[in-house]
Amino acid sequence: MPTDVENWKSEVYGNDIRDRLFEFAEEGYDSIPDDERDAWFERFKWWGLYHQRNGQEGYFMMRIGTPNGVLEPGQLRTVGEIADEYARGPGVNPIFGDAYADFTTRQSIQLHWIELSDVPAIFEKLEANGLSTQQACGDSWRNIVGNPVAGKDGQEVIDAWPVIRELNETFKGNDDHANLPRKWKVSVTGSADGSGQGDINDLAFEPAYKAVEGGGDGGDSDGDGDESGDVVGFNVRVGGGLSRNEPRLARDIDVWVPPERVPDVAGGLSALFRDYGDREDRYNARVKFLVDEWGADEVRETLQAEYVDFELETAGRDVREEYTYNTGEGERNDLIGVHDQKDGRNFVGLNVLVGRMGASDVLDLADLAEEYGSGEVRLSQRQNVIVTDVPDAALDDFLDEPLLDHYSPDPSPFMRGSVACTGTEFCSLSIVETKNRQVRFARWLKANVDLPDDVDEFHIHLSGCTASCAQPQIADVSLRGMKTRKDGDPVEALDVGLGGGLGENPQFARWVTQRVPADEVPGAIANLVESFAGERDEGESFRAFVARHDDDELDAFVDPEETDYEDPMMHNTKRTWYPYAENDSMEDAPPTPADD
Amino acid sequence: MTTRLRVLDDGAWISVNDSREVRVSELWRLDAPDLCECALADLVVENFQSVGVDGSTVEARVYGQCIACGATGTTGWVPIGRVRGGEFAGLDRSAVRRVRR
Ligand code: HEM
Ligand code: SF4
Ligand SMILES: [Zn+2]
Repeated sequence: MPTDVENWKSEVYGNDIRDRLFEFAEEGYDSIPDDERDAWFERFKWWGLYHQRNGQEGYFMMRIGTPNGVLEPGQLRTVGEIADEYARGPGVNPIFGDAYADFTTRQSIQLHWIELSDVPAIFEKLEANGLSTQQACGDSWRNIVGNPVAGKDGQEVIDAWPVIRELNETFKGNDDHANLPRKWKVSVTGSADGSGQGDINDLAFEPAYKAVEGGGDGGDSDGDGDESGDVVGFNVRVGGGLSRNEPRLARDIDVWVPPERVPDVAGGLSALFRDYGDREDRYNARVKFLVDEWGADEVRETLQAEYVDFELETAGRDVREEYTYNTGEGERNDLIGVHDQKDGRNFVGLNVLVGRMGASDVLDLADLAEEYGSGEVRLSQRQNVIVTDVPDAALDDFLDEPLLDHYSPDPSPFMRGSVACTGTEFCSLSIVETKNRQVRFARWLKANVDLPDDVDEFHIHLSGCTASCAQPQIADVSLRGMKTRKDGDPVEALDVGLGGGLGENPQFARWVTQRVPADEVPGAIANLVESFAGERDEGESFRAFVARHDDDELDAFVDPEETDYEDPMMHNTKRTWYPYAENDSMEDAPPTPADD
Repeated sequence: MTTRLRVLDDGAWISVNDSREVRVSELWRLDAPDLCECALADLVVENFQSVGVDGSTVEARVYGQCIACGATGTTGWVPIGRVRGGEFAGLDRSAVRRVRR
């Protein structure tokens, strides 16, 4: 039997949702018929609107998809202005205030407390500035990710930005690909650092060299290629993803494509997913499960037989052994700090703790980007921002700007390594409070824990549930929301996983310690780091240290302990209308904005 | 009068007549010998899998973890409340729930 969601999608989905959305906005939230709310809230996701959790009725999270995290000159200012004007609600965050933007692990932007009546004005402003929320959520092509500094990066093998732009133009608003069985997450990377994180996406294009006859369909027309004369294009992987306790790495389907054929292959695979993905069971719908069932060979054979009209090449020679991003080893584990661009200018990665930035800071950053760079800003998958195009001559003055005291190009490892998802503040699925907790964790760890001198990065990712939006499985320390009892009372707790990372041979974290009360987690990490510092081999990375110990040994290293860290969010923060409100009980929830 | 029962937002809610009534992240006391060996499981509700009705009793199958023993899994049909005259009344949070056999 088709699911409710499939029934709703077959009635109205995709671009057609927009007219009704605007009518509801015009007539007011209450004009959505009671017996159609579930259906419309599901459909609104396709236009980037996600109804916030209960206690926050009538308020929406709005996701803006910025392909590859690229914000062209002026666009960050647009985001800041919209956040300032519209992303204010009844709940005020004690750390971040009452208007802010979240930079996300898929290089998008989320705003909260959006009212339906403001949506048309916001869309108009976004679209006038080349931005969109289309397909930012829902069952279709999501924001395409990649190395955020594509086209500029000194380490680039091939410029993926034109490819990403073309995919975005082809598949956003494309009725043939608008209604897929589930979300479809695509990564296209052209650099040798692995920063597109293809392994954890539904579909990944990764740089690879191939000897093709006659340069293969003109693939070498611009003279790309290496000394051997091989052409640069992309290898294809399918079926990665982290959610639901079923993490998968994308599987190599033994296909190489030249850049100009990427849309054909991407469209073929998206159509294959559309036609063969499971529409009966949403929990089994992601393409990772189809790849489990079929195997990579059958995916390739079906793609060749039914979805492309040219002979697919076999995989080329990849550069995975050079991957550094999120590996926990070696250089360029993230994109923070000053780096060379191809054109001699610099890009400067700034740390945004847990990805959240107040609207006034967003606007100040937009000013700085204009003053010192080209006005362009880019977003990474570690929830950070990158100011590009800064000439050498302007670098020192830029680095002296006071805003960079808060958004540092050279932060403490615990600040730099922090990633956190949305959590109970707004998210229906969450089990625990996340972003503010991770801020408190990072501050406490910075003040109280010393890493060995030669270790300057340490990634801690906190996800509020198994959906894994903070990508916990690829961190040094993975934290995931749980509950436990402490002195008999239910408290928020975290499962602790260790030793995850991407790279040539990616490894998901091993969940070694379960249900640590949240207030004992900083102590647990402190004890873990102490054991690591004391027992590591000379120069050994944390990831390698974890790899040579078994789960019981690691569990003993974790050793939860109360410290002077205090956690104000130990109660069931989901039972509040807003965890940080002074009067936080559901009974005190604000009226829906339409009733104002 | 028909009651519209749905699992929403990828398992985050049970919606009854388009109103979000039962949420994940609660701890339920559960008599569920198929899930774990505890006399009473102390189950963190992580995800609703399906919802149905038996007479006037609304029931759900949930994925979760017993925090007393660490077992994880999906339960059988567990009562979550009743509908009377179109109104839903949720079971008290502290209620001991028995999986229907
Ligand atoms: C209201 C907030 C959010 C909700 C309700 C939500 C919901 C979900 C769900 C249900 C999944 C599991 C997907 C599946 O089962 O197929 C998921 C996974 C994921 N989401 Fe979110 N999410 C939220 C916020 C975010 C944010 C802020 C980001 C960053 C853009 C994000 C990025 C991801 C990633 C990276 C994954 C895991 C990787 C994967 O399996 O694809 N989510 N999210
Ligand atoms: S990981 Fe879970 S709690 Fe966090 S944003 Fe995603 S769905 Fe919500
Ligand atoms: Zn048990």
